[in-house]
Amino acid sequence: MRITQISIFAENKPGHVTAPFRLLADAQINIRALSLADSKYFGILRMIVSDSKKAAELLKEAGFLVKVTEVVAIQVPDVPGGMAGVMDALNGTSINIEYMYAYPFKAGEKAMLIFRFDDPDAAVRKFQEAGITVVGQEEL
Amino acid sequence: MEVNKTCFHPVSALDYIPRTELEQLQFARLRRIVQRAWDKVELFRSRMEERHVTPDDIQSVSDVAKLPFTLKSDLRDTYPFGLFASPMQDIVRLHASSGTTGKPIVVPYTQKDLDVWSSVLVRAFAACGLHEGDVVQNAYGYGLFTGGLGAHYGAERLGATVIPISGGNTERQLMVMSDFGVTAITCTPTYFLHLIDRAQNMGIDLRKLPLRAGVFGAEPWTESMRQRIEQEAGIKAYDVYGLSEIIGPGVAVECTHQNGLHVFEDHFYPEIIDPETGNVLPDGEEGELVLTTLSKEAMPMLRYRTRDITSLSTEPCPCGRTIRRMRRITRRSDDMMIIRGVNVFPSQIESVLLSIENTLPHYQIILTRHRGLDQIEVQVEVTADMFGDTVGALQSLQDKLADAIERVLLIRVQVTLVEPRTIPRSEGKARRIIDRRSL
Repeated sequence: MRITQISIFAENKPGHVTAPFRLLADAQINIRALSLADSKYFGILRMIVSDSKKAAELLKEAGFLVKVTEVVAIQVPDVPGGMAGVMDALNGTSINIEYMYAYPFKAGEKAMLIFRFDDPDAAVRKFQEAGITVVGQEEL
Repeated sequence: MEVNKTCFHPVSALDYIPRTELEQLQFARLRRIVQRAWDKVELFRSRMEERHVTPDDIQSVSDVAKLPFTLKSDLRDTYPFGLFASPMQDIVRLHASSGTTGKPIVVPYTQKDLDVWSSVLVRAFAACGLHEGDVVQNAYGYGLFTGGLGAHYGAERLGATVIPISGGNTERQLMVMSDFGVTAITCTPTYFLHLIDRAQNMGIDLRKLPLRAGVFGAEPWTESMRQRIEQEAGIKAYDVYGLSEIIGPGVAVECTHQNGLHVFEDHFYPEIIDPETGNVLPDGEEGELVLTTLSKEAMPMLRYRTRDITSLSTEPCPCGRTIRRMRRITRRSDDMMIIRGVNVFPSQIESVLLSIENTLPHYQIILTRHRGLDQIEVQVEVTADMFGDTVGALQSLQDKLADAIERVLLIRVQVTLVEPRTIPRSEGKARRIIDRRSL
């Protein structure tokens, strides 16, 4: 159970992330989730979009450095303690979170968490054992 | 010793003459050219008089060391025609250097000079294994720059089919290369790397084309650049050397053994000097290349200081050529940057970048000064292979590059990863250094 994520390399300069959004807007591609990781000199823009294949193609054609990766998405109740429960499921394992980001889902009832793990298969197993809903591409 | 027959061409007979005969020829030609310079060019005569030297003092080839040096500034100071030794009615063509550092240098040719130029290029192309029937895409710029027309006439005289496409218009270059059965290309090595890049983008696999050789020159390049070109384009990449002050491309060239460039020393007499003292160094030692033209009519050049750093070798080459070889030039004495007291050559940084796996050599060096301290920033374009989606992976790549450069230069540089296609591409010579220091 993985979902497709698109990452774009961007220099840490004003205006450098405007163009990809305009490109997706013009192609009627919807952005479901988004995160911008930054370091001192560069950033990585990560997105879950309605049509990853088309988005990746368009962005590559426009000259962006695009990486398509598989990430794990889970759904948790949007209540206090929701996140702590997720982390509990991974405790005692050697699974490492490379990065994660979250966004509200279904009008505030649920939260969607996107993870990149070093061992995604093991993480998915742990989540399922703990009864946490792992989301597939079609459910987004 | 076996002579490589495929390299042999009637015109190249002088490549193989015994050294004693070669030296006799050089001596006879040197006497004649010094006399011509003395008779026809005011600057040469006055410089020789200052040193109390007359043409009669040339009694052997090694007496060339008695002659005064000629500097690039002498050519500028006598702009445009001050060093001409032929009247304009005998001059059939004028070329000029790019003039990026001021007034250009004007280069005149008599018909005989053009014939010599073509003949050395025929020998150069033959040394690279080119022959009659080859289809040569000449992507050197046509015009005042000597590269385009020089290579053009040389390849034509060799018996090849020449495509005079000139520089630029990369997509058309690739279309022609794919469709016209091109077997050899001539251009700057940087431009060829650019062609490789664009070909990959356009989904053209250069290795599948009939292209088998490239004769690259007009700028210093490195062994690792050669490896990359040869691997990614599936060709043999040869280094050709020349400079417009002397004749243009065709002063020296690699043979198929790719181990140093054979200098056509029956026309261009090479010496290696210590750039600080001006003393002549023995064969094998590294120093600045100094060239004396032995047959040029329109503008003879006495001991021209090229600023190119190399060494000369008399070791016999397996190809059988008796003319000396010079080590490939990877740096110029005036390219040198002095950063925090350390001598740095762009080619050193380039070699490091190329040695790191998956790094394309699109880079730029930016020099700044912060509170009196020189800073070097090396901007490197990120490629799809390098981009690994995590910040950590990119940061460790930055560190890896900075560490590798530090090991060579002994100073820390800032490596900055930049977006693809943001460093200006050169259609001709690469501009690798941006110096923002106000000195």
